[in-house]
Amino acid sequence: MLIKKVEGASKSRRLSESLAGVVGGAMDRRTFLRRSGLTAGGAALVASGALATVQKSEAAPAVAGGAVEIRKNICTHCSVGCTVNAEVQNGVWIGQEPAFDSPINLGSHCAKGAAVREHAHGERRLKYPMKLVNGKYQRISWEQAINEVGDKLLDIREKSGPDSVYWLGSAKFSNEQAYLLRKFAALWGTNNIDHQARICHSTTVAGVAQTWGYGAMTNSYNDIHNSKLIFLIGSNAAEAHPVAMLHMLKAKEENNAPFIVCDPRFTRTAARATEHVRMRSGTDVPLIWGILWHIFENGWEDKDFIAKRVWGVEQIKAEVAKWNPEETERVTGVPGEQLRRVAYLLAHHKPGTVVWCMGGTQHTVGNNNTRAYCIMQLVLGNMGVAGGGTNIFRGHDNVQGATDMGLDVTSLPAYYGLTEAAWKHWAGVWDLEYDYLLSRFGDKKLMEEKGIPVSRWFDGVLEAKENVDQPDTVKAMIYWGHAPNSQTRQPDLKKAMEKLDLLVIVDPFPTVSAVLHDRQDGVYLLPATTQFETDGSRTASNRSLQWGQKVVEPLFESKVDHEIMYLMAKKFGFAEQLCKNIKVEGNIPVVEDILREINRGAWTIGYTGQSPERLKLHMEYQHTFDKTTLKANGGPCDGDYYGLPWPCWGTAEMKHPGTPNLYDNSKPVAEGGLAFRALFGNERDGETLLAEGAWPKGSEIQDGHPAVTMGMLKKLGWDSDLTAEERATIEKIGGGNVDAVAWHTDTSGGIQRVAIKHGVSPFGNAKARCVAWNFPDGVPLHREPLYSPDRELVAKYPTWDDKQDFRLPMLYKSVQDQDFSKDFPIILTSGRLVEYEGGGDETRSNPWLAELQQEMFCEVNPADANNANVRNGDMIWVHGPEGGKVKVKALVTERVGRGVAFMPFHFGGHFQGNDLRSKYPQGSDPYVLGESTNTAQTYGYDPVTAMQETKTTLCRIEKA
Amino acid sequence: MARMKFLCDSERCIECNACVTACKNEHEVPWGVNRRRVVTINDGKPGERSLSVACMHCSDAPCMAVCPVDCFYQTADGVVLHNKDLCIGCGYCFYACPFGAPQYPKESNFGGRGKMDKCTFCAGGPEEDNTQAEFEKYGRNRLAEGKLPLCAEMCSTKALLAGDGDQVSSIYRERVAARGFGAGAPGFDAAYKG
Repeated sequence: MLIKKVEGASKSRRLSESLAGVVGGAMDRRTFLRRSGLTAGGAALVASGALATVQKSEAAPAVAGGAVEIRKNICTHCSVGCTVNAEVQNGVWIGQEPAFDSPINLGSHCAKGAAVREHAHGERRLKYPMKLVNGKYQRISWEQAINEVGDKLLDIREKSGPDSVYWLGSAKFSNEQAYLLRKFAALWGTNNIDHQARICHSTTVAGVAQTWGYGAMTNSYNDIHNSKLIFLIGSNAAEAHPVAMLHMLKAKEENNAPFIVCDPRFTRTAARATEHVRMRSGTDVPLIWGILWHIFENGWEDKDFIAKRVWGVEQIKAEVAKWNPEETERVTGVPGEQLRRVAYLLAHHKPGTVVWCMGGTQHTVGNNNTRAYCIMQLVLGNMGVAGGGTNIFRGHDNVQGATDMGLDVTSLPAYYGLTEAAWKHWAGVWDLEYDYLLSRFGDKKLMEEKGIPVSRWFDGVLEAKENVDQPDTVKAMIYWGHAPNSQTRQPDLKKAMEKLDLLVIVDPFPTVSAVLHDRQDGVYLLPATTQFETDGSRTASNRSLQWGQKVVEPLFESKVDHEIMYLMAKKFGFAEQLCKNIKVEGNIPVVEDILREINRGAWTIGYTGQSPERLKLHMEYQHTFDKTTLKANGGPCDGDYYGLPWPCWGTAEMKHPGTPNLYDNSKPVAEGGLAFRALFGNERDGETLLAEGAWPKGSEIQDGHPAVTMGMLKKLGWDSDLTAEERATIEKIGGGNVDAVAWHTDTSGGIQRVAIKHGVSPFGNAKARCVAWNFPDGVPLHREPLYSPDRELVAKYPTWDDKQDFRLPMLYKSVQDQDFSKDFPIILTSGRLVEYEGGGDETRSNPWLAELQQEMFCEVNPADANNANVRNGDMIWVHGPEGGKVKVKALVTERVGRGVAFMPFHFGGHFQGNDLRSKYPQGSDPYVLGESTNTAQTYGYDPVTAMQETKTTLCRIEKA
Repeated sequence: MARMKFLCDSERCIECNACVTACKNEHEVPWGVNRRRVVTINDGKPGERSLSVACMHCSDAPCMAVCPVDCFYQTADGVVLHNKDLCIGCGYCFYACPFGAPQYPKESNFGGRGKMDKCTFCAGGPEEDNTQAEFEKYGRNRLAEGKLPLCAEMCSTKALLAGDGDQVSSIYRERVAARGFGAGAPGFDAAYKG
């Protein structure tokens, strides 16, 4: 017998290293799908694979020749921000090692993160620019592509105005790329610039910012270690954010923290919970009010916290009083006794954290939902404390950053908005004349008017010209890193794609956009790179910025996004303005310079202290950061919080450490403390909106106060602390009204510096507000979904009236008035699978992932299946009330309750029963295709943000 | 030093399949061959639990006992490996294995299974350590580089543990103590009820 001795000196150390920082017969979904066999793509792969041994060696082991270098980048699949340690030899990405040093993932990955090296194989990538000619994709050169696309766009600009071109950016961009595209759109002259946040967490950003100041996750994944209770609503972290579970399970096990999951489905997360609250989809507000009913009834609210830091609780109480256990159960379907228990746990396990995701946001009442969650945390006094907070897990790796950078129809970078003052601020940062920017737009009104949201871009194409509040309808669509199949109403979207003059797809993959329509020409595919082929920073959900190093050179003929932007800008004649203060090497703008420009302009949210040098240092010294507090203990980053979570106030030279937990007044502002932001005025209904008797530790103003301005510094006599340079800048900006220059318009950073020197929170010290009086429902109200199964409740809790907003008609009542509940008796909802992300073009093209989920399916409750005479594994038609239908496999399971069906949203490439594989450019079709759930999904948009409704609609199931 | 062991903590496994893709990634395992998989019981119902399963590197390995060409061997660390040059692809080991670990690359009938492939505990095979020949047949040899199996090292929730059995069990015991409820092991309730 052969015996081989294996020497491994450090083996035992290795195991403890991997755990540092954390403690140490039925049919399941896998079996189900495995039995369904290989798809066409999969079968082809098997036939070509060298299977007698392990496969061929594009990526061989680190054998002789060439040093192996470790390059650190960030996983591109969700917002947790897992570090990827790539082993690179001779320019080839040969291996992936666990990144134990990262305080965020401690070496861990999910299926997607553990498979990212496949990006460097990229067999199914879009390999060169292509053009659709007579229904077939043909290879063209980059030069031809830029010229033809450019000429066509300039022609449309000439005839229909700049607003007829839609620039759709991406949460897959780095911060620098996102910022550059926002600037690019400004120079093109339109606010029709958006990205995935619109259909992801826009209702969070709006709802949360309008409650206490900033629209972001307040604490961090790591901070959940401190939680005594975890409350998830509309979050399936086990599939959508698996590495977040690492932190949550630690709290569950070590703090004995109740782990409560509210979800219409018994998700994989619910399976690991201590309590599953199965609610009816679309009843979040009644559920939260039903919980608060018990809190108020028993006097469990945090009265001291409310008195000092919260405004408007009385109005909430009045609404909550209507949600007694009987009514709550009637509407949500959750037994009264269970909610009493949940309320008790919330009141007796503090601090507790609240986590939400798409299950809460993607509703017509999304902004009401997010505000209700915030209000619950305020009432419990769980805000501004370690272990508490609203931990809003975002979806993409840089959706937080891309939102911050203003890929948004409502704002310039850093939430400055679209007012003249905002434009003047950015014109100053860009070193351009305001009048030049104005000349690029149709007119001043269009310049200050929010654009058409991505959720509805196709209505901007299809609506009659007179119904669209811009000179002409949308004529050209630039899909720059966005899957179309993640949007509802696919049949309408398809129609719009066919009506366009021009469709341009800039992406590493052809995406469903390349095949969904039946166009014969007028489509261009431009190959962009992934983030593994460029340097740049990305912002994780916890607001930490992490610098990714380029791992490999761009594959095939693909180009980095910022190069493509520059090439187009050159074609359009504004390259010089785009990169006025940014160095350009060849045609590639220098990423570090872009970040420095961001640092010079993004004062509102403190993207100013994160210089490229500091971010790179953090990546290099990851191991020096504490794995719970995220604070560096010694080393060159001593005292900093990992990734300088924004706001990182002042200039980089000021060395602010970043803000780990927002609104935590137990720390000085200089050390990451903060108050609630003064954003809504000083007074309302005769009551003060400023904090009373609460202030950040060490503040020299020991009470509430408005945001800091030059005038305020003068009154306090603190203006003498400004340097001559700072003062000169402030005077230059202020012109005739120097006193009005504020913490966020002073580009010298002097006002922030001086405020923080005196312990004062630059954006003021106010109360959080429970009532957003500028919103359709000041107090969040329950409103039945547009497609509700219960007509009685529709009568009692009707939706809003139709209106005109975002340049388009927005329908509510006229949709809800039609009764579909008879013909479409089942609630249809959608969600994620762990193996795939977003529209899935990238992940379904990765064989290591695709093999694990080979077929699109619909989860159907056994009772509904029996009623429809459908058996497990049968093909079924799922019909939507607007006429869309999908042909998918039935997975009969109790995971969904009776009367509920669920479909994942990552599939595409099939449309209403037709396989579109032959339409892909040859060799670039994903291994797995399937119907998109969004073909059956319906109309419905949040009135504040135009978020699409994907979580509650109706459907009918029939055997195919 | 004890034998190398895997342990999957069913209180922590969330069926994210990182272990599966990490394995594919590290060893370039082709489509259709799964050295590791995640098994879920009571899928979609209360009591749902998942476990990641691969070759468990048995002390007294049934595959070794039944192999007609004696292609298996155990390392001093207790890792069960095999020699693909000797393997005739008969599939006896597959019958014998209680975990379904052995995999075969071909799907045709009549002896066309191809050479058996399975989890190596990231310890390669009989060829010289970290050579191209070893990699092509067995994948990377992490143990020889002083590293542990990548599936466990990348596990999203640190559910899957791999390493010296003594260390693994002490980590697990610590966890169970910290939890203060059951062992979390499958079957615990049935075994210790009443």
